[in-house]
Amino acid sequence: MQPNLDVTHQANLDHVLQQVADQKGCGTSGGSGKASCGSGAGANDLPPDIWEKVKNHPCYSEEAHHHYARMHVAVAPACNIQCNYCNRKYDCANESRPGVVSEKLTPEQAAKKVLAVASTIPQMTVLGIAGPGDPLANPGKTFKTFELIYKTAPDIKLCLSTNGLALPDHVDNIAKFNVDHVTITINMIDAEIGQHIYPWVYWKHKRYTGKEAAQLLTERQMQGLEMLTERGILCKVNSVMIPGINDKHLVEVNRAVKSRGAFLHNIMPLISAPEHGTVFGLNGQRGPTAQELKALQDSCEGEMNMMRHCRQCRADAVGLLGEDRSAEFTTDKIMAMEVNYDFDSRKAYQIKVEAERQAKVSAKQDELATLAGENSDIKLLIAVATKGSGIVNEHFGHAKEFQVYELSIAGAKFVGHRRVDLYCQGGFGEEDSLATVIRAINDCHAVFVAKIGGCPKADLQKAGIDPVDQYAGQFIEKSGITWFKNYLDKVKRGEIQHQARGDADIRQGAFIAA
Amino acid sequence: MPLKIIASQCTGCSACEPECPNVAISEKGGTFFINPKKCTECIGHFDVPQCIAVCPVDNTCVIDKGLPRYQPSA
Repeated sequence: MQPNLDVTHQANLDHVLQQVADQKGCGTSGGSGKASCGSGAGANDLPPDIWEKVKNHPCYSEEAHHHYARMHVAVAPACNIQCNYCNRKYDCANESRPGVVSEKLTPEQAAKKVLAVASTIPQMTVLGIAGPGDPLANPGKTFKTFELIYKTAPDIKLCLSTNGLALPDHVDNIAKFNVDHVTITINMIDAEIGQHIYPWVYWKHKRYTGKEAAQLLTERQMQGLEMLTERGILCKVNSVMIPGINDKHLVEVNRAVKSRGAFLHNIMPLISAPEHGTVFGLNGQRGPTAQELKALQDSCEGEMNMMRHCRQCRADAVGLLGEDRSAEFTTDKIMAMEVNYDFDSRKAYQIKVEAERQAKVSAKQDELATLAGENSDIKLLIAVATKGSGIVNEHFGHAKEFQVYELSIAGAKFVGHRRVDLYCQGGFGEEDSLATVIRAINDCHAVFVAKIGGCPKADLQKAGIDPVDQYAGQFIEKSGITWFKNYLDKVKRGEIQHQARGDADIRQGAFIAA
Repeated sequence: MPLKIIASQCTGCSACEPECPNVAISEKGGTFFINPKKCTECIGHFDVPQCIAVCPVDNTCVIDKGLPRYQPSA
């Protein structure tokens, strides 16, 4: 796939960009609710009670995802709907995306695994059940797992991710086990569109197809969402962006879920490689380009937080978002482990993380102050090679993904990440890896790295991407702002001319660190 | 004729197990298996066999033509 947009892509993009303008124009920004931008929402952007709930949750707070880890336990294999982007037969340990998992666990095995991981990885604060099917199509296993963990490790936050069909039936149980975060995947609110995404749903002993299936699903999703927000349970909505099917429609979905109290919207790119064997993969349905995805996310970022750091993890992922340590915790290894759940050492570790995090935020604030008085419409993207903790600390050649920040006089804003790992690509050798990286960050003006060799440096410059290694070991946002200030100065002095960049590729599949 | 599950296609997702009104389905070596002595094709319970309705892989729960037809008792 080339980053160049063909005519249809461009028409699509134009339409979405128009919606951006429309939406921004009529966005009401009243006194309450969300005050500032997107997934980078910090303490000041959210009501205090919500901030308290999400601040250590990597899947709900962009800031937290640099510091805290999550794990998913695969106790829920059954599903009650069929989606055209999912192939339930597919099971490959080298692939990484939602709904794929190699090892199923019983609730008891899952509970032991959670304790083992929490003892080994003290920054593990969140346990989620996301599949590989639908957690609420397996209510017995799902709630038994929550019950066991709630009893043994009450400091771990519980969350689940569902398609919503069975949600209204289980809201009371969700509340009972203190599950305080629920994610619902909502791809449409119009059955006309839904029939092209969902071939069937199974409900009350009957398989429904076509528009009837989609209608049923959307009604149950909306009802479930309302019931959860009424009870004060935080709801995130995931949507899969499927160009030509629901891409334009997702703006309406965004309005619908916002009005029903969802607090975060995560629009993800469709994963549809032919080798995944999904309906979309086989019929050639493409996923969005990076620019299309960002345009849609921007257009929905009225008053609602948008999540842009989703890595589309596997249903058995372990670790920080963007890393997967699940191979360290296979059932055999866990059952053999002596687990010593030490609440105090976990607490101590988390206090240390908190201090690092505060330092990062205050560095950013100080640097931001130096931008005061600048006046420019320039907005540009930079790619950053990082191992985590919000620091420029990865070698260019070792980076498996780049984090992307948007720089403007408003500061540095995290807007996404780009995979560049070559895993499972088949046929691509080392010599192509640089081209892959350039395609993935082609929309960026600069790439921040801890270190970079002379050869790739020259190639990047040729592609118009500035390799920047002077901020090694420093905070990303602070460095970005410093660099941007410098860039503006150069533009002002006429040393360089600001030019827009092209589009970039989105790699198929979720990120796993190899 | 009772139903059977084609093991090579079964994903082992377990969706069928709790839906069977006859408790005829159980796990066997990672995939699921229908006890032909218990299966009634859901006659008298539902309009369609539940394992077929819920199975994520088409043509995996099928009528076992090698066995005699199920006879609902009057």
